Amino acid sequence: MTDRVLLSIENVAVDLPTPRGNLRAVDGVDLKLNAGRTLGIVGESGCGKTMLSRAVLQLLPKKAMLSGRVMFDGKDLVTLDRERLRKLRGRSLAVVFQDPMTSLNPVLTIGTQLIETLQEHLELDMAAAKRRSVELLAAVGIPAPEQRLTQYPHQLSGGMRQRVAIAIALSCEPELLIADEPTTALDVTIQAQILDLLAREQRRRHMAMIIITHDLGVVAGRTDEVAVMYAGRVVERAPTQALFKKMRMPYTEALLAAIPKIDTAPHTVLPAISGRPPDPTRPLKGCSFAPRCRYALAGCHVEKPALTAAETPAHQFACFYPIGTEARVPA
Amino acid sequence: MAFFLARRLLYLLPVLLAVSLLTFLIASLLPGDLAYTILGDQATPENLAALRRDMGLDQPIWWRYFGWLGNALQGDLGRSFRTGQTVLQAVTERLPVSLELMLLAQIGALAIGVPLAIACAVRSGSAFDRFMTGSAFAMLSVPTFLSAILLIYLFAVELGWLPATGYVPFAEDPLANLRFMVLPALTLALAEWPGIMRILRSDMIATLQEDYIAMARAKGLKASRILFVHALKPSSLTLITITGINIGRLIGGALIVETIFALPGIGRLLVSAILTRDLIILQGVVLLVGCGFVIMNFIVDMLYAVLDPRIRHGHA
Amino acid sequence: MATLELDLAEEAVSAPVRKGRRFGMLFWAAIGWIVLVCALAIFAGVLPIPDPTAMDMLERRAPYSWEHWLGTDGLGRDEVSRLIYGARISLVVGLCAPMIGLTVGGALGMLAGYFRGRFETLTVGGTDVLLAFPPLILVLAIIAFLGQSIFNLTCILGVLGIPAFMRVARATTLTLSRREFVIAAQALGASHSRILLRELLPNVILPLFAFFLLGVAVTIVVEGSLSFLGLGVPPPISSWGSMIGEGRESLEVAPRLAFLPAVAMFLTVLAFNLVGDTLRAITDPRQGAL
Repeated sequence: MTDRVLLSIENVAVDLPTPRGNLRAVDGVDLKLNAGRTLGIVGESGCGKTMLSRAVLQLLPKKAMLSGRVMFDGKDLVTLDRERLRKLRGRSLAVVFQDPMTSLNPVLTIGTQLIETLQEHLELDMAAAKRRSVELLAAVGIPAPEQRLTQYPHQLSGGMRQRVAIAIALSCEPELLIADEPTTALDVTIQAQILDLLAREQRRRHMAMIIITHDLGVVAGRTDEVAVMYAGRVVERAPTQALFKKMRMPYTEALLAAIPKIDTAPHTVLPAISGRPPDPTRPLKGCSFAPRCRYALAGCHVEKPALTAAETPAHQFACFYPIGTEARVPA
Repeated sequence: MAFFLARRLLYLLPVLLAVSLLTFLIASLLPGDLAYTILGDQATPENLAALRRDMGLDQPIWWRYFGWLGNALQGDLGRSFRTGQTVLQAVTERLPVSLELMLLAQIGALAIGVPLAIACAVRSGSAFDRFMTGSAFAMLSVPTFLSAILLIYLFAVELGWLPATGYVPFAEDPLANLRFMVLPALTLALAEWPGIMRILRSDMIATLQEDYIAMARAKGLKASRILFVHALKPSSLTLITITGINIGRLIGGALIVETIFALPGIGRLLVSAILTRDLIILQGVVLLVGCGFVIMNFIVDMLYAVLDPRIRHGHA
Repeated sequence: MATLELDLAEEAVSAPVRKGRRFGMLFWAAIGWIVLVCALAIFAGVLPIPDPTAMDMLERRAPYSWEHWLGTDGLGRDEVSRLIYGARISLVVGLCAPMIGLTVGGALGMLAGYFRGRFETLTVGGTDVLLAFPPLILVLAIIAFLGQSIFNLTCILGVLGIPAFMRVARATTLTLSRREFVIAAQALGASHSRILLRELLPNVILPLFAFFLLGVAVTIVVEGSLSFLGLGVPPPISSWGSMIGEGRESLEVAPRLAFLPAVAMFLTVLAFNLVGDTLRAITDPRQGAL
């Protein structure tokens, strides 16, 4: 593994104008990812994790306003001209979307959708592109890959379609793969297979990967680092091992507690996070999580905690009274 | 697919039968006696009775219907009592003109409507989009004969670039033929493009918000490929549907346009048959046009099935 | 600011605006025009205008003057008064024919949508046959046998409008029949006629009325086309369509004779289309609040 910084998200904010006012979907996020490493971004729906990924890909809605810098391989994607951005996308920067039912074009064959990417970026002739497509489909575990080329997405199951989407993403050997909730739309039995496939291909191809999910369990064994997002901000960031060993942010703790475990006794009520995420068009003055936090004190409602490092520089969190410190007084 | 085809064919038969029955009833039940029309001034009661007997008009109506239908199925739709031409001759002679006109008009309408729809969908909400949607809406309120007169006035009377009326068969002189066809086809195209543009535009706006368009952009494809392959291809079904819906209007429009520009097509045949009260020709042409319309709609349905892989593979 | 390589439309945030929007200037201008044309047509007899059939052979194709505001036509008849009397014909046919479609088609459609079953199959099948013909061809065929008159023309166009009205009424009734207020009325033991007249009709009539206005526009166009071809209203009477047809003969010397009625017709059709389309967007029950 190299220490070269591949992706650096610097103070990125995304604003969406809505009829109810300005919606700050992403609020000053800083993240770094080294080449060949994996990062998990975790948070509940609406926390801005998908908007963040769209900001990296420059695929935000037309009306969205983006500030900050997204440095990829030394180039700022925000200011990069269209043509050079287009050459990067699909080539060095690939994505797998959440729902394979809608992310593949229903009226184009699997072959067309694979080959067009290959031909766009790699200048292969038809025969070579076809050969490579078959290899790719085989690599992502699709049986009888030759036949699939002439099939349409609706002829494949959801899991198979997501494999096709992964094959398309991997087709040009990207340096960074962004998987945006890659398993949320799939059957539970398929989810682990797809995640393992992603992890295996990531290691084999030495590419960097960002997995976006609402499920801490998904990132547990599969990422090097985890960033927890809440209300558009990163609230805790740590190497995966360190995070699960000693989480500091009450929100992370609550997220983990909300995952049902195999060893819980039957009929136990899951400790769901009470309340709802704050209205993003009405920003709070203090910590965004304070209204739902078990440990919140008066100060939490007044001032916003910054993302700071504690014992190790790699482990950062945004909380005045983190778990495991003396300062914490349970309410 | 075979099942789909068979079911559709089975539905086609009763519709065609109903079309023939309605045509026959219009011609037989409504006032305006055929024998009286033929004889005109020479109509005496004896003459009328004799002619009615000769033409079988004194027989019961259902008997006459089956006789007429039987003849029609064998290709005998009768003979004009004015020109002596059979209906079939008259129609086959004029059909190519009408078909060429409608084909050119449809191509013209697509050539105007599709690019505008794409341009508007890509910039939806912009000043250009609002102006074009507004123009399309206004164009929908311009009757065919109005745009015909406007075009004649502009290109034939004022500028003198194109002939206002006349026709040369394509086989004789293709260029002259096209010169005569430009204004009529353009007139029809002007009536058709707003419908195409409006529907395709809203269709494209919906398509452009699909995940697979975001995916296509994330794949780094060229903008032209995203628009014309990824976004337009799903809308091709809509295009076929619009074309199908518009065939009826197109036939009606062709009738008006042929009359205005003096093109020897089916529409003009029909109008002159009405003006000269040539009822046999009238009845025959209405039947053939009705059947042709039904069959065209059938073909559009089939095209729909061929183009949509979901229907083709029986996932309807 | 994000610069996207394609200005693709992504309006996920601001979708339904149309309903809440005010009617706007154009809508009221269209209403104003319709009212003006209708008033002129109704009061044509008492207006201080010359007789539309009074010919003045010395004043043929006279230009605009104090005496003849818009000049005279090829037979020296006053153009203003011909336009106003022409509006009468276009409006009588244009309003009466869709009225037939509205009442008959609306009633059939509501019954078909409410009772379903065999009655629905029969009405839908019957209208399918009518729709199997290109409409203009059918109009021409029937008029050829029935003979040209305003009454015949109105009846034929009215009957041919029935299928379209039926479809709208049926679709609306089908949607409404599943709503709570109808189910509640049924549960309370209301009779069929009461549900149809008191619960459904007030809700069906609005979309039908919007469609009626669009039907008026279409009918004016069809009547105009037929009269233009000389197959509509018989000669001594002139509608806008026949005026345009006559004006076409003198397109080279006096184009205004064709274009004046053309503009009147275009504006009227546009006004009906505009009002109808706006009302349709508001009254479509599929877009209404659930």
